[in-house]
Amino acid sequence: MIRARGLRKSFGEFEAVKGIDVDVRRGEAFGFLGPNGAGKSSTMRMIASVSPISGGSLEILGMDPATDGPAIRGRLGVCPQEDTLDNELNVRDNLYIYGRYFGIPKGEVNSRVDELLEFVSLTEKSRSKVEDLSGGMKRRLTIARSLVNNPDLLLLDEPTTGLDPQARHVLWDQLFRLKQAGVTLVITTHYMDEAEQLCDRLVVMDKGLIAAEGSPRQLIEEHSTREVAELRFAITDETNPHEAIAGKIEDLGRLEVLPDRILVYSPDGEEVIAKVHERGLDPIAVLVRRSTLEDVFLKLTGRTLVD
Amino acid sequence: MSLTLAAGALRQTDYWWTVFKRTWKGGVISSFVSPLFYVVAMGVLLGGFIEGDPAKLEGATSYLAFIVPGLVAAHAMQIAVGETTYPVMGALKWHKTYYSMIATPLEPRHLVAANLMFVLFRLATACGVFMLVLAPFGVFESWWGPFLAFGSQLLVGMAFATLVYGFSTRLYSEQGFGVLFRLGVLPLTLFSGAFFPITNLGPVLEWVARLTPLWHGVNLSRMFCLDTVDWSTAAINVAVLVVVIVVGWFWSVSGLEKRLDDR
Repeated sequence: MIRARGLRKSFGEFEAVKGIDVDVRRGEAFGFLGPNGAGKSSTMRMIASVSPISGGSLEILGMDPATDGPAIRGRLGVCPQEDTLDNELNVRDNLYIYGRYFGIPKGEVNSRVDELLEFVSLTEKSRSKVEDLSGGMKRRLTIARSLVNNPDLLLLDEPTTGLDPQARHVLWDQLFRLKQAGVTLVITTHYMDEAEQLCDRLVVMDKGLIAAEGSPRQLIEEHSTREVAELRFAITDETNPHEAIAGKIEDLGRLEVLPDRILVYSPDGEEVIAKVHERGLDPIAVLVRRSTLEDVFLKLTGRTLVD
Repeated sequence: MSLTLAAGALRQTDYWWTVFKRTWKGGVISSFVSPLFYVVAMGVLLGGFIEGDPAKLEGATSYLAFIVPGLVAAHAMQIAVGETTYPVMGALKWHKTYYSMIATPLEPRHLVAANLMFVLFRLATACGVFMLVLAPFGVFESWWGPFLAFGSQLLVGMAFATLVYGFSTRLYSEQGFGVLFRLGVLPLTLFSGAFFPITNLGPVLEWVARLTPLWHGVNLSRMFCLDTVDWSTAAINVAVLVVVIVVGWFWSVSGLEKRLDDR
């Protein structure tokens, strides 16, 4: 569905995407993970065929966006990061008018709109103004709008950012149903649980490049350990004890020393805890958990804040 | 395969129809009521103090007859500027409707075309009704002149629509519009021959006035209304406005294309 080789995007001097290779296959859910400024949205806009590529090659649905942009966009659904709904129009008109941009005949759009309102549970709100909807409803409406042309490929740019947990789960359920129906999904997110829930395969992007690629499970296996032991020690005076303690346990696994705790990456977290106690150390709190995609993400992209 | 300009623009008919439905009431006031105030205040009341000497008023027998064609042309400019400033910035910056539109088979040039067609429709209704209302005042010297004057009002309106649309696509803060209104629209309205013959400006400023698109529209509109047509001047006026529209079209499309691929 998507094939990119050495794909680049520059804005003047600034290079947002620095040469990436991506393959997305029919029917899969593919994720782009990365911190802010990693180049995810620029990549998505090139795939959406609204932003010309600056270098490399890109093929969407077997076509070249530079020459077949309108034909490609006719078969894509795009759910942008920011809601671009028309606040002055009611829910139904937002879908209807959007369907008309694709050249879908009026009668067909009307029946399609009814189906979509049902799908995203907004039938009762069809005459409401968009500005009166909650954040979750607006997102659902945006997703419904992106489906108005029965797309083969659905692009979702941070689909659940800003939603409450209930709304996120409803949305995940709807995306899962779309995937079951054979729609190929491409998702950008910085929520790791979302990526683990939805994506068959994903790439972690950092500073315009791909830092890792694989299924969530593969990435955890390759870039982290099975378990993580989190140790928290009492801070008795002004000095942070974690640095000194780390010196005593550095043979137990890969360590990450944070201001408030030490993370020990190990295949067996309980064993780590036992050895810590054996060495006369007395943490005030311990936690053993499975490694998550978040551990992989932080390892690959660092903990420094990106604004 | 890319859509033709007409096909792409037509797909937006439903959208612009809803825009019209929600804005027409406000449009009635700005399109008809305000200019009528101008006609009454400037043309009838202030004009009552001004001697209707055709030699001094470019062939008009009353100040009202002089001012009306210029006022409608200036009004066309104001409508065009109004429709291509805040609404364009809204579609780019506040509501981002353009961004959702280009995610479909539509392209920037289709958006520009549909938007400008809407401006043309607004100009046609506003200037058309205005001219009809003025007909009983006895300010038109021939039956065919007002029709050509109407056409020239559309031309000057579209010249400003394309220029200002291109300007708006390149503007990131709405504060720029304040400058445009104060240093562009207001001086043009006052000094491009709508209210007084530009010969009164003195030789240098008169030529400056002749270089503005609005003067070409005012002059055409007035010559046709007063039946004082000098066809060679009219041809130059039309040519200038057509060139501005063509240049403005490319300026608008390139501006929108660039803006929609901006980070």
